[in-house]
This record gives sequence, structure tokens and C-alpha cells, in this order.
Amino acid sequence: MGVNGGAAGTRPQPPKKSATGAKVVTVTSGKGGVGKTTTAANIGVALARLDQRVVLIDADIGLRNLDIIMGLENRIVYDLVDVVEGRCKLRQAMIKHKQLPELYLIPAAQTRDKTAVSPADMVKIADQLRPEFDFILIDCPAGIERGFRNAVAPADEVLIVTNPEVSAVRDADRIIGLLEAEGKNAPHLILNRVKTEMIRKGEMLSPEDVTDILAIKLIGIVPEDESVVSASNSGTPLAFLDGSRAGTAYRNIALRLMGENVPFMQLEDNSGFLKRIQRLFGGQNG
Amino acid sequence: MPSLIDRMLGRTSKTGTGSKAKERLQFILIHDRINLPPERLEAMKAEILQVISKYVSVDSSNVDIALQNRERTPAIVAEIPFNKTVEGDDPDEDEPPKPPKSPLKDAEKKP
Repeated sequence: MGVNGGAAGTRPQPPKKSATGAKVVTVTSGKGGVGKTTTAANIGVALARLDQRVVLIDADIGLRNLDIIMGLENRIVYDLVDVVEGRCKLRQAMIKHKQLPELYLIPAAQTRDKTAVSPADMVKIADQLRPEFDFILIDCPAGIERGFRNAVAPADEVLIVTNPEVSAVRDADRIIGLLEAEGKNAPHLILNRVKTEMIRKGEMLSPEDVTDILAIKLIGIVPEDESVVSASNSGTPLAFLDGSRAGTAYRNIALRLMGENVPFMQLEDNSGFLKRIQRLFGGQNG
Repeated sequence: MPSLIDRMLGRTSKTGTGSKAKERLQFILIHDRINLPPERLEAMKAEILQVISKYVSVDSSNVDIALQNRERTPAIVAEIPFNKTVEGDDPDEDEPPKPPKSPLKDAEKKP
């Protein structure tokens, strides 16, 4: 049962919004703990703040987390598995964000496992949502099994989150290989938790090193930022606030997804050349 | 030790663990991508040498057969120098290969 395709036409549409239906973007990583869910939440918020109609789907069935990061955990009535198994309509499982009325979340089931949903189910759900949104963001579980295949099945674009660490980059490479084998479009890379100071000392893989190794294009460099954790603690993703470096990085990713050409942030802000000169000459304040 | 200028510019020598990470990753990923166990890879290299040695005399001490990544496509790149041809041998490519002097002996030198 598809949602009536004409529904999108009945509402006034600002010029930037998609006329052809949503772009389905899957956020994946291979390795767990690299910041996938936080990244998905923040890109979703950033897109919604840019007036895009966004629905986030938590595909991590059995280990749902996106609801907590989004601060929506108390409002769950139905979940993705309820939709798939016909216990509710798709609309009923969509939680509307209070601050951003164009932002929705479809939570994962917490008490089931990945086999409760199939790749075909995900394609069907995405197709139902497409006419009503600009972006459908899917938060993929860690690993390369069923949950990964579910999350990637409907994707028009795949974003791979990795950290500048050997194990995370290796797993990202595996994911890229699997996507190639499935004939998906070339994925884009988000390098998360980048520590400028360590790169400067030569003690961390740089964005150039990682893109050199993986041979895919970057779509974002997110600096390590403690306020990401504080934001997750309070259920208000950082991208809601202006002024933080990580928040700006998420906003830039959102803009790039919308097709804008945004230059990459200077990584040198914390410890740039001028500051070092100042330090060299006794100046303390950067 | 990085020089004063390097330190002022925020540059450090390439001896940090970052470059070690990159080297290790490049090695790991090449083998991940080709999905061929090391012993099979060695067997393949030996066989390649054997075949070439059937036709020309190979300078087996300077053979270099290695895996390489070109963008995301793994490739096997081989540099197999021949022994200098002795008088009368014609290295012209268009001619059919002459029978080598002792192909198997040469091939066996390189495991």
C-alpha cells in the first residue's frame, strides 16, 4: 500500500525542496562506536534547520539509540517492526519533533532482532515516505550482516562514518567493498572525532591519509568536540545550537547533501600558526 | 627532531605513529581487498616467474612482484628483469621466443 503520491503536491513547497521525492541517505560505518548514530541525528537536525523535510529511521533493531540521542525516547508508541508487521500505519510510527516540525523519527524495535525486517521491507517503507520528504536518513547498525543490508537496500546515497584509527578505517574499507559489490553509488566519507593537535604532531591519520587509503570522497570532517557528548546527554543534538565547531561541521555536511559546494573547515583553528607564533613570543591568549 | 621553522609552521617529521598507521593500513587493506591468502599469493608469484622463465632468462635476484592499489582496484605489479642477452640473442619482441637456456633452474631459484 503506497502513500498517495499526490499528497506532497497538496502543500505549498518552498523552492529548495525536492520536487521528485526524498533522497534516501544511509549512515553506516562497519565498526561500532565511531559515532554513527550521533552523526545521523545531527545531520537530520541540521537538514531540518535548513528547512528540509526529514525523516530519520533507526534501523538498529534490538539496540535502538537514535530516539535517546534525539530526546524522543518517551514518545514512542509504535516502531519500525510494528509498521512492517502491520500493527500500525506508517504515520503512527512517526514521531514528530517539537522544535522542528519538519523532522520525524521512526524508532527501531527494542525487543526484536534484525531479522524482523527485510531489505524489501525497507525499500517499501522508503518508497512510501519519498513523496512527502526531502531526506530520509537511515541509521545503520554496526556490522555487515542483515541489519546493514536492510539499511543500505533503499539508499540513494551512503555515508560512511569512520575515525582516524586503523581498525575503523579497515572496517570502512570493507563496507566500501560491499557497497561496490552491490552496485551502489560511490559512498562518501565522514571523518569523525578528528583531533587537530594530534594530526599536527603526526600522531593521528589526517583526512588526506584516510582519503588516500580509502579512495572515496569526503563529505565531512567532524572535529572532536566535548559538547557532542553534553548534547547527547541532554537529548538535544549539537546541531540545534550555533557556534560549536562540530555543529558547524554537521551543518556543512547537510549543505553538501543538499548539493551546495561548501569548503572544508580549517582544522587549524585550535592551534593555528598565529597562535603558535604568539606562544613563541610569550603571548598566552590565542 | 623537527626544525624550529617546522615547529613554527606546525609541521612535524613523518616519524609519528600517524604515518605508521597509514603504512600498516595500506598493507592490511591490499590483502583484505584481494582476498587471497599469503601462501596462495606466494604460489602465484612463483608460477608467474616459472612461466616467464620458460621464454626468457630472468634475473631472479632483482624480481619484484607486489600488490598495489590503484584507486580502489588492486593490481599485481611485477618487475621482472631479464638477464642480459648474450651475443646472438635477439631481444626483438616480434620474434617468437627462443628456447631458454635452463628455464626450470632459474625458476627454482625464487620460491
